[in-house]
Amino acid sequence: MEPIRSHTIAVLVDNEAGVLARVIGLFSGRGYNIDSLTVAKVEDSRNLSRITVVTSGTEMVIEQIKAQLDRLVPVHKVQDLTIDGPSLERELALIKVVSTGEKRVEALRLADAFRARVLDSSTQSFVFEITGNTSKIDAFIDLMRGLGLAELSRTGVVAIQRGTGAL
Amino acid sequence: MAQNMMTGAEMVLKALVDQGVDTIFGYPGGAVLPIYDALYQQEDIKHVLVRQEGGAAHAAEGYARSTGKVGVLLVTSGPGATNAVTGLTDALMDSIPLVCITGQVPTHLIGNDAFQEADTVGITRPCTKHNWLVKDIKDLARVLHEAFYVARSGRPGPVVVDLPKDIQLTTGLYTPPANVQHKSYRPQVKGDLNKIREAVELIAAAERPVFYTGGGVINSGPQASQLLRELVRITGFPITSTLMGLGAYPASDKQWLGMLGMHGTYEANHAMHDCDLMICVGARFDDRITGRVSAFSPNSKKIHIDIDPSSINKNVRVDLPIIGDCGHVLEDMIKVWKSKQYRPNRAALEAWWKQIDEWRARDCLRYRPSSEIIKPQYAIQRLHALTKGPNTYITTEVGQHQMWAAQFIGFEEPNRWLTSGGLGTMGYGLPAAIGVQMAHPDALVIDVAGEASIMMNIQEVATAIQYRLPVKIFILNNQYMGMVRQWQELLHGNRYSESYMHALPDFVKLAEAFGAVGLRCEKPDALDDTINEMIAIRRPVIVDCRVDQKENCFPMVPSGAAHNEMILGPEDEAHRDISVEGMALV
Repeated sequence: MEPIRSHTIAVLVDNEAGVLARVIGLFSGRGYNIDSLTVAKVEDSRNLSRITVVTSGTEMVIEQIKAQLDRLVPVHKVQDLTIDGPSLERELALIKVVSTGEKRVEALRLADAFRARVLDSSTQSFVFEITGNTSKIDAFIDLMRGLGLAELSRTGVVAIQRGTGAL
Repeated sequence: MAQNMMTGAEMVLKALVDQGVDTIFGYPGGAVLPIYDALYQQEDIKHVLVRQEGGAAHAAEGYARSTGKVGVLLVTSGPGATNAVTGLTDALMDSIPLVCITGQVPTHLIGNDAFQEADTVGITRPCTKHNWLVKDIKDLARVLHEAFYVARSGRPGPVVVDLPKDIQLTTGLYTPPANVQHKSYRPQVKGDLNKIREAVELIAAAERPVFYTGGGVINSGPQASQLLRELVRITGFPITSTLMGLGAYPASDKQWLGMLGMHGTYEANHAMHDCDLMICVGARFDDRITGRVSAFSPNSKKIHIDIDPSSINKNVRVDLPIIGDCGHVLEDMIKVWKSKQYRPNRAALEAWWKQIDEWRARDCLRYRPSSEIIKPQYAIQRLHALTKGPNTYITTEVGQHQMWAAQFIGFEEPNRWLTSGGLGTMGYGLPAAIGVQMAHPDALVIDVAGEASIMMNIQEVATAIQYRLPVKIFILNNQYMGMVRQWQELLHGNRYSESYMHALPDFVKLAEAFGAVGLRCEKPDALDDTINEMIAIRRPVIVDCRVDQKENCFPMVPSGAAHNEMILGPEDEAHRDISVEGMALV
């Protein structure tokens, strides 16, 4: 068996009705994985949106995914940031921790160490905002589990190539 | 300016005319009444009223496949659109260009579960190349022109334009096609010249080569078939084709090996297995072609020419992919071959042809003839012998009769063979034949059918009657869903679960009830007369040809087997065990 690798793919699409459904339908219909997916409008003048999708598969499957994405009519460009790298990946998470006493102090101390910001607090809770790559956020969330983690909201990965190259 | 102001409904008709459409297939309903009203008030476009929207889709496919033009269908919202879905999926699988215009409930009712509302763009998203819901009259002309562009460009396919009723009634400004350019969709048609040079070098050095060609050659246009013939002739290589590619290369030529794949010839499949160079032109390594992928042509270098980059390395890893339209790529290959004055390796080719001739000598399509009972293969052979010619078009339904037609009818020209290859849609053949006959009024159009398949769209006989289309329906009636029964024999211990056709109609009387002519043939010695009578009648004819009920379709690469593990006939079959993995395959 060929090894399965995670790839981060950026897709520039027309910002039109149904375009996200097309992309998601492609993944579900052909049995590809979506580990994370983000989408937002990025160019007003040309009415373009950027989809960042983290997927995994063998080299042959990843090639297929890119070719299948590229042949969708509203897709302008497809870039495999994992291959075309080096690239930057960031994710943002909002994390609610409900606890008191020592646990509450420890949560705040760890948040400081991870450079998470306190967005909201009550006497028994914090909402932290943390930005970073997926593994950093995973590590912080793991630490919070023992300290009263109550709710979690993550954006999924956004990514961009380093240097002068532009999609 | 003023003359370009019109209602959405009028705009649809205007765009169709400007796109060169002369015939459309459809069925009216509440949500398309304004378009039907506009249709009534013009004379440029002929509308063919089918009996069910599924028929409209297949008829449009038949029209498109036999002309190389875009096929057009017009259906209403809700059930009109959902009935068309099978035909759209069929066209997607076989790369047939269709524009399907669907009516939709008015924009203010969308999402309210209105009468005859369905989420048409949602339902058809995975079975079209692209689709649009037009919610503003300002977008309509552009979308209609883009729809034709997308349907016919690159790898052709079906598109849907969903048009709410209020937009059909709104007045707006029409834009002609010349002023519309799609902003992002630009398929690559010219192949990379360096790769083409590399390919030609491989071809010149090959010792055991084979051309493996497919529907892409047909889609590229008649010129591509001519270029393919030239390249095959100057190289002297053997050539085989998929079901979809039949006719691109003349079946009467000595370099032709017959069709390949599950019911392909012994020589074609063995050549594929043992070759050292495979030149795939416009085919997609479908599972019906490859058999067990891990055992597929293990020792060959593979060149793959395809307009769709997603076809490359999808099922089989190839050594040299060339993205482009096969017509363009073949033309460049011939130029390179000639300018570099390449010569094929004659000595090696001679040995290769000697080997191929040994495979040919197995005479894999032979069957036990009978003077008592009509063998289905014999019926097809006689049908071919008595009807062949450049003005004959063959459509099929799906099953054993389809494979026998592919095996025993020799096609000399492209666009004469219309069959549901990818999706395998029973009920395709009759409406497709109607589409062909509309485009070619003087042609002899024959739907080779099975008695089970024909029942799936039998209502379309009425369409043929209405438009005086003299299509011929040649039913190989064995009273079974033959291919289902064949698999039940092969895999399920002869338990014929629901594959016997109880309560069949009397096809002769059925024909008469529709106003067509019915003929029946039960003995081999009456076959020629029946076929000749069928040809002579310039009206729709249903021939109920009673054939051997037990005959099966051979040769066969059983599921999960390799190309060189073919079952040659019933004697052979008993000695084969299908693997557990193979049994799970379709």
